[in-house]
Amino acid sequence: MTRKQRRLILIGASLGVLAVAAALVLSALRDSIVFFNSPTDLAEKRIAPGTRMRIGGLVKPGSIERGDNLQVRFAVTDGKVDVAVHYQGIVPDLFREGQGVVAEGKLEPGGVFAADTVLAKHDERYMPREVVDALKKSGRWQEGEGNNPGSNPR
Amino acid sequence: MIPELGHYALVLALALGLIQSVAPVIGARRYDAVLMRLASSTALMQFAFVAFSFLALIICYVTSDFSVATVYENSHSMMPLVYRITSVWGNHEGSMLLWVLILSLFGALVAGFGGNLPTTLKAYVLSVQSWIACAFYLFILITSNPFLRLPQAPFEGRDLNPILQDIGLAIHPPLLYLGYVGFSIAFSFAIAALIEGRIDAAWARWVRPWTLAAWIFLTVGIAMGSYWAYYELGWGGFWFWDPVENASLMPWLAGTALLHSAVVMEKRNALKIWTLLLAILAFSLSLIGTFLVRSGVLTSVHTFANDPARGVFILAILVIFIGGGLTLFAWRAPMLKQGGLFAPISREAALVLNNLFLTTACLTVFVGTLYPLALEALTGDKISVGPPFFNLTFAPLFIPLLLVMPFGPLMAWKRGDIFGAAQRLMAAFGIAFVVIVLTFAVGDRSSILAPFGIGLAAFVMIGAMVDIAERIGLFRVPFSVVRQRAAGLPRSAWGTALAHTGIAVTLLGIVCVSAWASERIVALKPSETVSISGYELSFDGVVQRSGANYRELAARFTVREGGVPVGVMEPSKRSFASRSTTTTEAALMTRGVSQLYLSLGDTNSDGSVSVRLYHKPMVLLIWLGAVVMGLGGTLSLSDRRLRVGAPKPAAKSAMQAAE
Repeated sequence: MTRKQRRLILIGASLGVLAVAAALVLSALRDSIVFFNSPTDLAEKRIAPGTRMRIGGLVKPGSIERGDNLQVRFAVTDGKVDVAVHYQGIVPDLFREGQGVVAEGKLEPGGVFAADTVLAKHDERYMPREVVDALKKSGRWQEGEGNNPGSNPR
Repeated sequence: MIPELGHYALVLALALGLIQSVAPVIGARRYDAVLMRLASSTALMQFAFVAFSFLALIICYVTSDFSVATVYENSHSMMPLVYRITSVWGNHEGSMLLWVLILSLFGALVAGFGGNLPTTLKAYVLSVQSWIACAFYLFILITSNPFLRLPQAPFEGRDLNPILQDIGLAIHPPLLYLGYVGFSIAFSFAIAALIEGRIDAAWARWVRPWTLAAWIFLTVGIAMGSYWAYYELGWGGFWFWDPVENASLMPWLAGTALLHSAVVMEKRNALKIWTLLLAILAFSLSLIGTFLVRSGVLTSVHTFANDPARGVFILAILVIFIGGGLTLFAWRAPMLKQGGLFAPISREAALVLNNLFLTTACLTVFVGTLYPLALEALTGDKISVGPPFFNLTFAPLFIPLLLVMPFGPLMAWKRGDIFGAAQRLMAAFGIAFVVIVLTFAVGDRSSILAPFGIGLAAFVMIGAMVDIAERIGLFRVPFSVVRQRAAGLPRSAWGTALAHTGIAVTLLGIVCVSAWASERIVALKPSETVSISGYELSFDGVVQRSGANYRELAARFTVREGGVPVGVMEPSKRSFASRSTTTTEAALMTRGVSQLYLSLGDTNSDGSVSVRLYHKPMVLLIWLGAVVMGLGGTLSLSDRRLRVGAPKPAAKSAMQAAE
């Protein structure tokens, strides 16, 4: 075999693996990414129920209701629009009224957001960045309030 | 006084760094031995000054000097001594100081132990190392000075983020940094080789031990971080595909590829250009990791604070070093002479395949990590790319890699015999097959893929041993000869086998946990019980306790297996008054290599507590595998060849640039 043929085999193999990887990446990106929406986005975009997504904002004061079997109901607000959220499980340590929260799940036909994951910030000084942006958009964010975005357990 | 001394020492280190950046290069150009030798002295002095600076910062923390801003922000006089020390790197400024400490440490090590390097190469390497160091000294001094004083010293500090008050954190960042920053040596060697326009097998032999050392630390560091996240964050997961985790995984993948391609270069003088590229990429990915973690573009537990100036500064460092490195590569690499030939079926080819899969896997992680950032910058859409993406892309690329792995060491250099290798792997195939059938028969069939995963782990494990068995003639020659041969076998061969076994052990753990872990989330009242995977846990009640700087509510559970008590688990919630923060401390009970994991949720109004209970079969294997990999690396590092062999460059001008 000549040097050229050997090189061709090498390049062919590399391109093959890269093509497979590209196909995997593209198909995975189509199926498994999750968009983030603020409550206002949710109201404006008219997203079809059943789409997986994340929502974020503040836990509306006075909205937390606990039921049997670790059921939790609360509302996520960005100051303009509220979204009712339903979750079953253990909420994070820093899940409190008036605090930033990010929930992942699906919007149900009735407009209730069924969350299967609830992330709260992990430090009292920090706020999830997405939540800060959502609050800024709705004009409810004062600069200097909490200052440093960033920090949830994932 | 002490903070000022620390600050001043850092400025002096910068001054030395600037000298070291220029003088040795001039020396190497003019063959001026004095200027070249200067590099070693300045590298050692740099390390001494940075170490002094770091020590000064530790003293500030230990003595709770709250007039220093970072101490005030991140420490508390009531914290136990060990956490007052670890808080030094539990924040942005201190962790950057740790970064340069390790960077200068590696520079000093090259200066101290690089006696067998050609003087010009050594001068260039230390110079490049110093360019990196200077960039980071400037970064610290300009944007993140850890010694900044407050105009008025507060009486008490604001405490370290409680989830960072953990012994795992004490070890994890230094180990990880030793790995991350260790790749800077490979980078410096690559740049030096490109500047000199000379590269040969001896180069690979000098680079390999440094890369190997960095790789060992990175492997163990990643495992530590994963274990810390597992028990401290209370989610019971060992890997979240969090961007910050990915930031450490990418250099690991590139570094692993580099280790293997450097073998080809050392033994066969082939793949030279590719090895150079990998050396540049491995460190580039470390830098990207630093940027992702330290600039605040990501939301993560690692993001301590963000100041746009810092992000821009690190981005500039990134662009200069990665851009510069790759440009130099594009310019100089074509001038390097081509290396040895090999057939498509040979050990070289197997290692090329290894590199191909590792770098492609690295690429998919890269895409998954940076795509959300790129999309947000371009369209404003916020997305998250989670575990499903990586499971669908990373795993399919790693499986063929593992399938090919046992073949590599069994093939001859230059021209291999794939059928011969397959024949010798018959035992491994056989055992893997039996394991798959057995797992299907015994297992609960909840997962179709799991038995194949376990079979693959068995194949890799046995495959790694087959190589050793073949080489020492196990079962073929008398035992005394076997012993002799085993003793004569180079340690690097044992190291390879051990590291490959380690990856199989980790795989075994991952497969078992993914397929057979069970989880229960329940609310329990005192004296109620919950059962999981053959264990019964009864809730005895709650106790209040207080620690050094927190109060703790612990729930006591008695664990029984088949009615026999086997122990007590006490998950707790700690509240830290200084930050009005609560953390969840999970309780772990180790049974063999499996674990019961109990984490406390809220206390409800009816007196019940919510708990999250997991049974994680074989979970410890995940991290034990990493430890085995690290041991394999260490064994390989202690190989005689790397310790003694002061390799002389090939006598012929084979390595001279084809100009």
